[in-house]
Amino acid sequence: MSDMAIRVRSAPTLGARRTPGSLGDKLFAALCTVAGLFVLLTLGGIIVTLFLGGLPAFLHFGLDFLVSTRWDPVEGREEFGAFISVFGTVVTSILAIIFAVPVAFGIAYFLTELAPLWVRRPLGIAVELLAAVPSIIYGMWGLFVLVPFVQMHIQLRFGEALGEIPYVGFLFASNSFAGTSIFSASLVLAIMILPFIAATMRDVFEQVPAVYKESAYGLGATRWEVMTGVVIPYTRVSLVGGIMLGLGRALGETMAVTFVIGNANRMPSSIFDPSTTIASVIAMEFPESLAGSLQQSALFAIGFLLFVISFLVLATSRWLLRPRLK
Amino acid sequence: MSTTAPTFAFTRSAAEERTKRSLGRRRGIVDRVVTLFCLLATAVGLFFLGAILFTLLRRGLVALDLTIFTAEFAPTRYGDDSLPKGGLLHAITGSLIQVAIATAIGTPIGLFVGTYLAEYSQRTALGNAVRFVSDILLSAPSILIGLFIYQIVVLPMGGFSGIAGALALAVIVVPVVVRTTEDMLQLIPNTLREAVIALGAPKWKMIVLVCYKAALSGIVTGVLLAIARIAGETAPLLLTSFGNNVVSTDLSRPMASLPISIYQQANSGFPDLIEIAWTGALLVTAGVLVINILARVLLRKRI
Repeated sequence: MSDMAIRVRSAPTLGARRTPGSLGDKLFAALCTVAGLFVLLTLGGIIVTLFLGGLPAFLHFGLDFLVSTRWDPVEGREEFGAFISVFGTVVTSILAIIFAVPVAFGIAYFLTELAPLWVRRPLGIAVELLAAVPSIIYGMWGLFVLVPFVQMHIQLRFGEALGEIPYVGFLFASNSFAGTSIFSASLVLAIMILPFIAATMRDVFEQVPAVYKESAYGLGATRWEVMTGVVIPYTRVSLVGGIMLGLGRALGETMAVTFVIGNANRMPSSIFDPSTTIASVIAMEFPESLAGSLQQSALFAIGFLLFVISFLVLATSRWLLRPRLK
Repeated sequence: MSTTAPTFAFTRSAAEERTKRSLGRRRGIVDRVVTLFCLLATAVGLFFLGAILFTLLRRGLVALDLTIFTAEFAPTRYGDDSLPKGGLLHAITGSLIQVAIATAIGTPIGLFVGTYLAEYSQRTALGNAVRFVSDILLSAPSILIGLFIYQIVVLPMGGFSGIAGALALAVIVVPVVVRTTEDMLQLIPNTLREAVIALGAPKWKMIVLVCYKAALSGIVTGVLLAIARIAGETAPLLLTSFGNNVVSTDLSRPMASLPISIYQQANSGFPDLIEIAWTGALLVTAGVLVINILARVLLRKRI
């Protein structure tokens, strides 16, 4: 207080008036801005290092790298192609989305419209805890619980029942009975991304102004009619954004998938065949690869491809969700 | 409306009346079927949470005893009970060290970025870019962060190291702290800021002494969530701190961590090592869930 009183009194005599703390202000603003720039620099650094790391492989194999299905790290006859792992990544993620979205929608709808108020909070916390479980736990649980279950109860039955269907039957008929397969990986991924999608959808549904829903109820609509007639049209874009966010998570998931996909560098013909994803190949082979080898460069190259794919998906998701965020 | 309605509204033919009823019944049935489906979906979600926790407890408690906390890794004693039982001391130490350093590095950076977004960069292009990139980093595949740190830290240092692991985790901490800090600072009413400025305080004092104080529980929540997130991270550590079988506090050498130990022992194929891996999994999950619940309790008090 006394400090301020002095300043007020002496202000007219000073020429260029210096407020106390202007230096501190400048320093603090600079500090915050530099921190902000640091974030930009990190993303730039990730792009550049991945690209530079993968450059030798890109140069060595050319465009063939993208379409080749060969992956042979044995010394002397090294040959690397990205197609199998890119294919595995995309297929497992899309299957996971197909499994997870209906369930996530059900949970979000239940949490926002149907459940009695007293269960909403504990249920919401339970869903968020499911999201907090580390991915390696999902992987272990998948390997020791889910994979045997798929092997014993799902694979054979579905294989026999659906394998005979003309044209699409081959998708379900597999010669591999280990249980580690694209199907198992998609299932584990679906369980993992379920809480993310459900939480985003719940937030999105809660954005719908109550007046709109009340008007529809006032006209005699049932709860489901309010959902399809008011809530979904109002939130359509953000819903797709939420699903894309889940897809982005699934694309880059490493540990959960590595445990259950079988890590076979073979082109799968059935959803019960083992395969691999970009993240699993990197996790399996990178720690053992030699620094500067062609194999390591190829791993950087597929890492770069994974970055490009997930960046596109995440950027789209954020763009679609922006009305919700702002 | 209904009092002035003409009477013909009530003179429907019997056929019309039947159609109306059956339509109404169908709408009701659809509504109930969907409700049932949603109940089922929620049950499925809860079932998986329950199944995972149940498996963790059932298989994790088997090997849980004091040796877990006092012994380092020991090779399998399959079929020979006279050999010493292994533990997870090396992994717990390594995880604590790396998580602590990562939090210590990542939190201030995240805090300043969040401050920049909330207090300095309203509607500027740079601010929007930083916010966008931070959100991308929040969901970016963590293994790619491992590759990044491998290139800029592991290769120049000439080998895997604990500090590389901690730096990779720090990169993951930053966006989590940024998001919660920005959100919490934006919840503070502007009248509070105006009151501080009107007293003659410089902006940085307003932020540090008033805004941070008002948003403290929210910021702490963000830090706790970030710790919970990195405590279970495995993929980036595989490429940076790699893992170690003995207790090591040397940051320039490979360092063990709980997730990596779980990964290696779960894939070893020996039943006794897999038991220890389950115990490790139980410890990690219990820690992560407790931190999460703590964070939520903190946040609830504020709102």
